[in-house]
Amino acid sequence: MEIKAKLIDEEGINRTLTRLAHEILEKNKGSNNLVIIGMRTRGEFIAERIKNKINEIDNSNTNFGVLDITLYRDDFRTRLKQPEVSVTNITFDINEKDLILIDDVLYTGRTVRAALDALMDLGRPNTIQLCVLVDRGHRELPIKADFVGKNIPTSINEEVRVRIFETDGEDAVYLVNVPN
Amino acid sequence: MSLSNKHLLGLYGVPKEDIQTILDTATTFREVLERPIKKVPTLQGKTIVNLFYEDSTRTRISFELAQKRLSADTINFSTSTSSVKKGETFKDTVRNIEAMKVDMIVVRHKSAGVPTYLTKISKANIINAGDGIHEHPTQGLLDMYSIKERKGKLEGLKICIVGDVAHSRVALSNIYGLKTMGAKVSVCGPATMIPVGIESLGIKNYSKVEKAIEENDVLNVLRIQLERDAGKRIPSLREYHKYFGITSERIEKYNKEILILHPGPINRGVELSSEVADGPYQVILDQVTNGVAVRMAVLYLLGTMH
Repeated sequence: MEIKAKLIDEEGINRTLTRLAHEILEKNKGSNNLVIIGMRTRGEFIAERIKNKINEIDNSNTNFGVLDITLYRDDFRTRLKQPEVSVTNITFDINEKDLILIDDVLYTGRTVRAALDALMDLGRPNTIQLCVLVDRGHRELPIKADFVGKNIPTSINEEVRVRIFETDGEDAVYLVNVPN
Repeated sequence: MSLSNKHLLGLYGVPKEDIQTILDTATTFREVLERPIKKVPTLQGKTIVNLFYEDSTRTRISFELAQKRLSADTINFSTSTSSVKKGETFKDTVRNIEAMKVDMIVVRHKSAGVPTYLTKISKANIINAGDGIHEHPTQGLLDMYSIKERKGKLEGLKICIVGDVAHSRVALSNIYGLKTMGAKVSVCGPATMIPVGIESLGIKNYSKVEKAIEENDVLNVLRIQLERDAGKRIPSLREYHKYFGITSERIEKYNKEILILHPGPINRGVELSSEVADGPYQVILDQVTNGVAVRMAVLYLLGTMH
């Protein structure tokens, strides 16, 4: 693996998340009916930060949960490695809510498809809006993000690595080459 | 994060990491069971046969629910409604079922070793749901899960298995599993029900139930199995209850912190008094709920293996 470029640094991530928080509030006219759901693993920490910013800006107390989509994946039959399952932690009602689903990178759209199925099993939100830190293109399903931190056009043998302090010890987004 | 064996035949020799993986994965499924829609699509397209050559309520319903909640297709087989009555051999029955393309077989049989034999005549993943007086691994796992849920750990805990240890598959799976996880396992029961030489496994043997209650953190109380001729090993059920029955008087006198497990079905007034069976010290119905989650974990881990 070879790092080609650092695309966003710590300050950049912070500014981007602040902007995303404002955009979410603007589109939903405040945080009254909002719930924030982060997708494991890195989406969880990005979501938590966006939730904190929303609470600060709107002086509110928005519900926040974490979604694990392992059981809804579509690649059980083809993957060589068995993915580790972890626990979904959503302790509140998502019915009739405006649900903001947050992940780090939007790529093929398959993870989001799994997340949508998982959320439908938990209830019937009023809306589900997708927010991602990076959109790198190459969709395989008809899925589009409502809020995008940064659009990064990539080639298929490049990869976007989001590193988040809580799991990786730093905040940064890298573009790396992966050998095929 | 996958198991080292494609079958679950018993807990004997199963490495600590595998048991830990199953117990951790069960926590995920415990959460699924609390949802309004208690179903995930993970085992879609997999076919599982429940091959029950011996009566069962809990284990069979539990396995069937676990399979349905993972979206697998299930077929139930019981001897009373099958060609076994017409004289078909076990091997022929299994060969025929396998010809219908099944992915997993859950088997219960009155003879020990049948699940192991199945691995030799079938390509499916085999899960032992109780074979004679040998092992009942998913019961052992759900007992461990239930203990861990209440006590927070297994390592170093003192756990005593009370009753007909010599003729209990639940006891054997508990002993193997708990010892692997670092618990201190002991047994208690009338001499006719304790295997000779059990001390050589490093297992303490209590002849008095009062002492067992006093010195342990957990009691796993076994059912007196009249269908396995338990009646020949004790003078009477009343006498058994008098000397080895778990009663609230005994618990309150000797150890109020104790946790009581029982694999069901309960003989009320024999191994447990009714008061204890419904009382604050037991987790018997939690065991049943956890059983579904643990079986989902086992089915998931074996069913998605490559």
